[in-house]
Amino acid sequence: MLSINAYLILSAILFAIGTIGVLTRRNAIVIFMCVEMMLNAVNLTFIAFSKYLGNLDGQIFVFFVMTVAAAEAAVGLALMIAFFKNRESIDVEDMNLLKW
Amino acid sequence: MEILFFGLVAAIAIISSILVITNKNPINSALSLILTFFCLATLYVMLEAPFMAAIQIIVYAGAIMVLIVFVIMLLNIRSEAGGRTNHARFLGSMTGVLLLILTWTVIGKSSLTGAKGAIDSAMIAKVGHTELIGKSLFTEFLLPFEITSVLLLAAIVGAVVLSKKKL
Amino acid sequence: MLDNVWLIPLFPLIGFLINGFFGKKIKNETIIGAIGTGAIFCSFIVSCGILMELVGLSPEKRVFEKVMFTWIQAGNFKADMAFLVDPLSAVMIMVVTGVGTLIHLYSIGYMHGEEGFYRFFAYLNLFCMSMLLLVLGANMLVMFIGWEGVGLCSYLLIGYYFEKKSAGDAAKKAFVMNRVGDFGFLIGLFTLFWWFGSNANIWTINFMEIKAASHLLPYGGVVTIATLCFFVGATGKSAQIPLYTWLPDAMEGPTPVSALIHAATMVTAGVYMIGRMSFVFIKAPETMMVVAVVGAATAIFAATIGTAQNDIKRVLAYSTVSQLGFMFLAMGVGAFTAGIFHLMTHAFFKACMFLGSGSVIHAMHHALHHGHLHDDPQDMRNMGGLRKNMPITFITFFVSTLAIAGIFPFSGFFSKDEILWQAFSNPFHGNLNILLWGTGAIAACFTAFYMFRLVFMTFFGECRINSKVKDHLHESPLVITIPLMVLGFLATVGGFIGMPKVMGALPNYFEHWLDPVFELASEYGKTYAHSGAHYSHALEWGLMGGSICIAVVGILIAFTLYVKNTGAPEKFVSTFPALHRAVYNKWYIDELYDFLFVNPCKSFGNLLWKGFDVVIVDGVVNGTAKLVMGFSAALRGLQSGYTHNYAMGMALGVVAILAFYVFR
Repeated sequence: MLSINAYLILSAILFAIGTIGVLTRRNAIVIFMCVEMMLNAVNLTFIAFSKYLGNLDGQIFVFFVMTVAAAEAAVGLALMIAFFKNRESIDVEDMNLLKW
Repeated sequence: MEILFFGLVAAIAIISSILVITNKNPINSALSLILTFFCLATLYVMLEAPFMAAIQIIVYAGAIMVLIVFVIMLLNIRSEAGGRTNHARFLGSMTGVLLLILTWTVIGKSSLTGAKGAIDSAMIAKVGHTELIGKSLFTEFLLPFEITSVLLLAAIVGAVVLSKKKL
Repeated sequence: MLDNVWLIPLFPLIGFLINGFFGKKIKNETIIGAIGTGAIFCSFIVSCGILMELVGLSPEKRVFEKVMFTWIQAGNFKADMAFLVDPLSAVMIMVVTGVGTLIHLYSIGYMHGEEGFYRFFAYLNLFCMSMLLLVLGANMLVMFIGWEGVGLCSYLLIGYYFEKKSAGDAAKKAFVMNRVGDFGFLIGLFTLFWWFGSNANIWTINFMEIKAASHLLPYGGVVTIATLCFFVGATGKSAQIPLYTWLPDAMEGPTPVSALIHAATMVTAGVYMIGRMSFVFIKAPETMMVVAVVGAATAIFAATIGTAQNDIKRVLAYSTVSQLGFMFLAMGVGAFTAGIFHLMTHAFFKACMFLGSGSVIHAMHHALHHGHLHDDPQDMRNMGGLRKNMPITFITFFVSTLAIAGIFPFSGFFSKDEILWQAFSNPFHGNLNILLWGTGAIAACFTAFYMFRLVFMTFFGECRINSKVKDHLHESPLVITIPLMVLGFLATVGGFIGMPKVMGALPNYFEHWLDPVFELASEYGKTYAHSGAHYSHALEWGLMGGSICIAVVGILIAFTLYVKNTGAPEKFVSTFPALHRAVYNKWYIDELYDFLFVNPCKSFGNLLWKGFDVVIVDGVVNGTAKLVMGFSAALRGLQSGYTHNYAMGMALGVVAILAFYVFR
């Protein structure tokens, strides 16, 4: 049987790649997708642990994460559209209003 | 055989996720992300969680990603004007790599502890994964489940408000 | 009445507060003038009452101390806000409030139409308050408040026309020179306080307590040091060598100020202070000698300078310095009564002369103004023959001049003669007496000369003013001439209260009056005085006649040079050009001081400014600021306002925290 570490490391790799994406990209939608990827990496961890511990709680958690992700997608994308309406752009370089 | 298959799926997942962050065109990124999600769904099946795999496909790949692609098309974003500055890229990559190293270290150092639960392959095969999830969700986690509905309602309201013409 | 002594300085203070705070709003000159004059007049009334009451008491009971409240109490040190009334301070408050009232009244006319009319009266009242505090203070600290206060008012009033650079400079000069003196005063105060405290365990600065304990003081030694320090303070305030140069420059102020502050009252503070502490000064024979020598030297020195000045007020200023020298000479020879007597008569005739010169300047100014001429209204070379145009001014000025020249029976004769006689006959300075007397006599001769030179140049001969405006020279209004007449009268008869014993026509009221104050001093003096030298009445009569002769000689010289033979002065000047230049330029003392003190101070200041201040102090300050700026410039990069930068920071932070836990 496959060791749990294989899943965990895969999850870690995906999470790291997601982080890199969030930090290095300028397009807000791509950043958003990277966040989704990070969430999925965590989901994978949950399910792997659930399997190896013989407990379904982890999977229930994944269920909730997905719910939150769906809500996040709805609100986040609405925000992006609103931002685009104002600035004609969804480039994070244009999100600089925190300076003042 | 199992290891080989896992290796293949994992490789595809990693490569497609790298494509997500390297593609200039957001549509390509989105498509790569969908591929990643499929890989993850496959892994869920391997982990004897078919219900999870199903909603991974339906909710993520089917709903959220479609929404994202819609938005991309709606906003008509072809490609980025340019990448971030070099030192930002470097710092971001460094952060990611460091994070990976840390996680790896932790995983390497630790071992699985905690009591083993009652759910095993035989039980899943006998009762059925969906039923087990359902039972748990509607008994033990009933309150969080109900609260989730409030969250979703709030998200709907928020999305509607934000999408109004005059913000 | 004695209990209400605090009212005396209070009235001018109220006047100052009203005029100072609301004068600008009141605007009406009559009201402002009435407030200012009324305030000091009220003080005068109270002073009269106090004098009456003192006269009613027996001589030994004429000391009264009124404690208002405890001002400072720290350990052994205690200073009350207290007033001391005794014959000496009674004389002083009479002079200050009496002459002050007249000069206030005069100022209403003289300052008419000036921009800062209210300011002038406010300062004048403040000055009166300070001066009254000075003379009434029961301890050295209260006296010191007044001492500083009059210095401040002097500064403010010299710089009254502050838009004129020379006025501002003169004010600063006066202030700085006074500071030098004040420093001496303070050191003297501390020395005396310390000596009494550490040697006799009497921690006091109260005059009466010091007087009571003064028998403990040694002769010479520490007393010499303390009194010399006090004397430095006196030279600063009373314009004696070496700190006299500010007084002639102080003539930049309005003329009433010159009359009140720089002739009649403030500059006599040093004399008063020595009189107040006579029982300490007399215990230091060396100091007495220094005081006498400095006084005599100043008397002759300033008199010589006075002979060559052309500015009417400058002549009077040098005359004041010279007369103050006479007072110090009197103090230095132990003739305290004579010094105070001369202080009083001098206040009358010098105030009268200053006010008279103010009247002349006033008239000249108006006449010149009328003709749109820009000649100097204070230059005597532009005057002449004014006695016909300004008869009242002329008469009052003339009697005052007779008084200062020492002509019998005008007041100056009695006081000056008393001083000269005491300089000759005092038992303290041995062979130096002849020198002191001689110097004084020659100074008196010079005084008569330059004062009559002034009178002749101003009031006699032909009018040298531009003929166009000749007819516009008028006598000043009543508000100006009334104080002149009162002061002229006092200058004439003021001397009778201090008639020498040998004359015998009247008892020497003044001496009897001040006797209780100076009794102790003369007692101390006896212990080291040379006994035996007894001078006959004939000698005294002779010297008296001699001093009149000297004065007459001075007058005759002036008459010859400036009335009969008007070409002679130029001839004299061309014969001794160097001498004239030196005298005209005040013996180059200002230049010498510039060279010795002012310029080195300036260079040192420049050095500190450019070397220390700019490089080190500013360097530290600016360096700190630059350091902060550098840091903040670096840190500012963090606050870019870009969300993703903050996200990056957060991620790095998470990694760091994780790393801490993982590798701990």
